[in-house]
Amino acid sequence: MFLIECPWCGERAETEFSYGGEGGITRPAEPDKLSDAEWANYLFMRTNPRGAHQELWNHAQGCRRWFGVERDTVTYHISRSYVLGDGVKD
Amino acid sequence: MKYSALNLVRNAFSHNRNWKEAWRSPEPKKEYDVIIVGGGGHGLATAYYLAREHNVGNIAVLEKGWIGGGNTGRNTTIVRSNYLWTEASLLYEKSMQLWEGLSQDLNYNVMFSQRGVYNLGHTLQDMRDIERRVNANRLNGIDAEVVTAKQIKKDIPLINTSPDARYPILGASLQPRAGVARHDAVAWGFARAADQLGVDIIEQCEVTGVNRNGSTVTGVETTRGTIKAKKVGVVVAGNASVVASMAGLRLPIESHPLQAYVSEPLKPVLDTVVMSNAVHGYVSQSDKGELVIGAGIDAYNGYGQRGSFSTIEHAMQAILELFPMFSRVRMLRMWGGIVDVCPDACPIISKTPVDGLYFNCGWGTGGFKATPGSGWVFAHTIAEDRPHELNQPFNLQRFETGALIDEHGAAAVAH
Repeated sequence: MFLIECPWCGERAETEFSYGGEGGITRPAEPDKLSDAEWANYLFMRTNPRGAHQELWNHAQGCRRWFGVERDTVTYHISRSYVLGDGVKD
Repeated sequence: MKYSALNLVRNAFSHNRNWKEAWRSPEPKKEYDVIIVGGGGHGLATAYYLAREHNVGNIAVLEKGWIGGGNTGRNTTIVRSNYLWTEASLLYEKSMQLWEGLSQDLNYNVMFSQRGVYNLGHTLQDMRDIERRVNANRLNGIDAEVVTAKQIKKDIPLINTSPDARYPILGASLQPRAGVARHDAVAWGFARAADQLGVDIIEQCEVTGVNRNGSTVTGVETTRGTIKAKKVGVVVAGNASVVASMAGLRLPIESHPLQAYVSEPLKPVLDTVVMSNAVHGYVSQSDKGELVIGAGIDAYNGYGQRGSFSTIEHAMQAILELFPMFSRVRMLRMWGGIVDVCPDACPIISKTPVDGLYFNCGWGTGGFKATPGSGWVFAHTIAEDRPHELNQPFNLQRFETGALIDEHGAAAVAH
């Protein structure tokens, strides 16, 4: 169990959140022009690092907003959480 | 030394002082024909079948920790082959057939106990899925039957089949040939048998790099120096992505912690294995009397070999839903292993874009049952440089072609 800081609601228990996987994966602007390998890379291939990991979390039982988290996948220590996109809180 | 009743008696007379170590601890050589990275059950089985079936003479298994210290010794020991899709069920059934003769093959008692596995259904849709899967299993020559709630209650008296339960049990699938095996013994048995065929098992030897010459593998860097090899087979479960990145490859895998739990020992109360997809827990009783309990993975990526408390709570809720009597049982231990989860919940047993480099990974939460079969087909893939017909569908290209084998949820328990 760890505490996650929601950029809007502050620190809450892990069980309030749902996990959204690796962050920073951008949907290709023109999927039609991708090769099968490029599409597979976007859809399935993951960095899955042992160490610092950029990931997405959703405050499912709170404000229900998505945000980014940098977490170590060995120690589970969270170094920061941040607002996605242009970084402006709405 | 062969293990036999005669040797047991003979060694008893010498106060058991003359037993030899089960396997040697050799220094790594400079070069091998084949290096297997990862000394878990799958890696050791691969080395064993490479030596036995394919006459490869010069093999090393590199293990960063100790034999039996990874996922092979961290699972809930369940063995079954009742998967939905033909590709998966044939692979797991090959494994089941090898399990049935494994203790004799290895001259090591792996305590394979075919006590049956029940996969419970709690809703009408569960029961439809169960009937579909049982029929699919039978078409593939795998034993399977649909049993009613009444039969379940007769076979497992402690289970709560009351229609008033929060998740009432409507029926189950039963695979009578399924069961459990002693997981440590599987690792030790394969290690000993492989060692006797000349395989060097090198513990405390972590691979830190994969060496290549262009697109051909030439060996590995390890904490005990550089070791050359013509072929390298990687079977490192949760660390598959880490080793893949050393070779410049990306895998469709995410690593998650999966926990298991054992209770204090009880008198015999449960002589079979019970799994439930809907409440999501599974339980059996070990020969020592402990309840062995497993449940789901933690949702987030993790390499920490420990799980979260909320997952423990969830697993216990599931087991108490099925067996209210266990509410007074105290749990003794919990631990976590790191499982390599693939998008289609099926393994990757495949050649890679690097010549001479092979990967066997992505078994997710269900690798233990496949230990001998995984080794069998991976040995073939490495020795022949082409997949065995059973693992041909489990290639790395399927994520590009779209020929996924979707065993999510269909494989009798959610992954």
